[in-house]
Amino acid sequence: MANPHPTVAERVERPAERPSTAEPAPPLTFEVKNLSIWYGEKRAISDVTLDVASNAVTAIIGPSGCGKSTFIRCLNRMHELVPKTRIEGSVLLQGQDLYSITVDPAIVRRRVGMVFQKSNPFPTMSIGENVVIGLRLNGVRDQKFLNERLEKSLRMAALWDEVKDDLHKPGTSLSGGQQQRLCIARALAVQPEVLLMDEPCSALDPIATAKIEELIYELKTQYTIVTITHNMQQAGRISDYTAFFYLGKLIEFGPTTKIFTNPSERQTEDYITGRFG
Amino acid sequence: MTMNSARANNDHHHWRKVKNALASTATFVSALLVIAPLGLVFFHLLVNGASSVNWDFFVHLPKPVGEAGGGMVNAIVGSLELLALASVIGIPVGVLGGVYLAEYGTARVNWVLRFAADVLNGVPSITWGVVVYGLVVLRFKGFSAYAGGLALGLIMIPLILRTTEEVILLVPNGYREAALALGVARWKTIVHIVMKTASKGIITGILLALARIGGETAPLLFTAFGNRFWNHSLSQPIAALPLQIFTYAISPYDDWHRQAWAGALVLVTGIFCVNVMVRILTRGRTASVV
Repeated sequence: MANPHPTVAERVERPAERPSTAEPAPPLTFEVKNLSIWYGEKRAISDVTLDVASNAVTAIIGPSGCGKSTFIRCLNRMHELVPKTRIEGSVLLQGQDLYSITVDPAIVRRRVGMVFQKSNPFPTMSIGENVVIGLRLNGVRDQKFLNERLEKSLRMAALWDEVKDDLHKPGTSLSGGQQQRLCIARALAVQPEVLLMDEPCSALDPIATAKIEELIYELKTQYTIVTITHNMQQAGRISDYTAFFYLGKLIEFGPTTKIFTNPSERQTEDYITGRFG
Repeated sequence: MTMNSARANNDHHHWRKVKNALASTATFVSALLVIAPLGLVFFHLLVNGASSVNWDFFVHLPKPVGEAGGGMVNAIVGSLELLALASVIGIPVGVLGGVYLAEYGTARVNWVLRFAADVLNGVPSITWGVVVYGLVVLRFKGFSAYAGGLALGLIMIPLILRTTEEVILLVPNGYREAALALGVARWKTIVHIVMKTASKGIITGILLALARIGGETAPLLFTAFGNRFWNHSLSQPIAALPLQIFTYAISPYDDWHRQAWAGALVLVTGIFCVNVMVRILTRGRTASVV
């Protein structure tokens, strides 16, 4: 396969491009290189280069319309659902180019799960059916395996104890926070390597938010997580790395502690301190 | 404020009240005019037809002219057979076409499809009878149940297509995204998530289309043709309730007139029942999305 993009080995020889300077380079899940995305004539993302560390939480911050959603959606090719999108540059997942013509977007999405801003359990299905539907529709028939995954996914999403006696009830009968954890369980059931979250807490109250944050913290031992948030405190609490986007450009990217205490860019500081955006 | 302007103000207020009363009366009368025909039709059918609707009507074949009694069982069964045949054509084409419109079509293709469907919805139903007569009856040299079913099925297609499209577009995009993000293939997402979520609406559209064609007479005149006896083969002419009513109503015999009233009552009651089913199906509509 003719790959115009540098391999992992080549990249490792150029540690200057790493976001973190002092620590040894962490293993990478995504390597995004010179990524630009267009919707028709409109350029939503301009020349973004960014590495996503494995088993860590990367927070994407920035004002509305700055390309955050477009950026995380291009990590599992969900942005392609909008007609007339065009992409330049490359996104490597564990070294594999996600946009190579031999790659099936459905397989990418199985490896890179996604949780949305608005919880969206399927209204025609019970809690249990919601969790295993991804496996079912991907051809898994083994009931014993499905039951195992059902319990395991709900436990990982910290929802099992609350719903274990109500698995037959409609998914939409749960509270907002529980519905969001159900959606996380549904995403985990297909055993992805990465979990993308598009403002997973923006519609939740503080208690439900705290539960999801705790969950994110636990999940990062097993998953790489990329999350969008509009809440600076939340980014500070849960993330290891933070990327600040503005007008489709990556303004600054680095360890969260550095971004929040000693940002290099003026725009980053203004945004974080609430002076604009 | 002077006396004059106070009075002018009062007059103005009065006139506004009158206009308000006029407007609400006009809307009320119009609303009544919607309900009144239904009540009148039902009343009229009950008065003229109820006495002739009896067990015999549902289990006996028509008797020859001059003999009392007899029923329309062949027409009732014939209508059901025709509806079944029409469904075989109308439901798959209509539903799949609606799915295409809502999920796959590009703006330009969709514009053409919608325009075609809306024009077809406006085509007088007798036209379908003539078209099928030319295409099928003449070619195969005979009236048949197949021809009648085809004519009715063609009427169903644009009706079902448009309702299916509408209810599928009502399914929030979040469900499609959620399924696709699980790595589920597009067609599986559409069948198992989108169509399942919209299933009540799709079934409603199908039932309304069936209710609409159940009473069609004109497209059957040159296709199903009608039959006073049992139909033993779908490639032969077949009786249908609306056709039988038509034949009996224009006959010169009082006994047949009574049977026509009875047939009309049965037909309208059947269509009424389908509409009630639709109401029941769509009752929780706002609560359960579609």
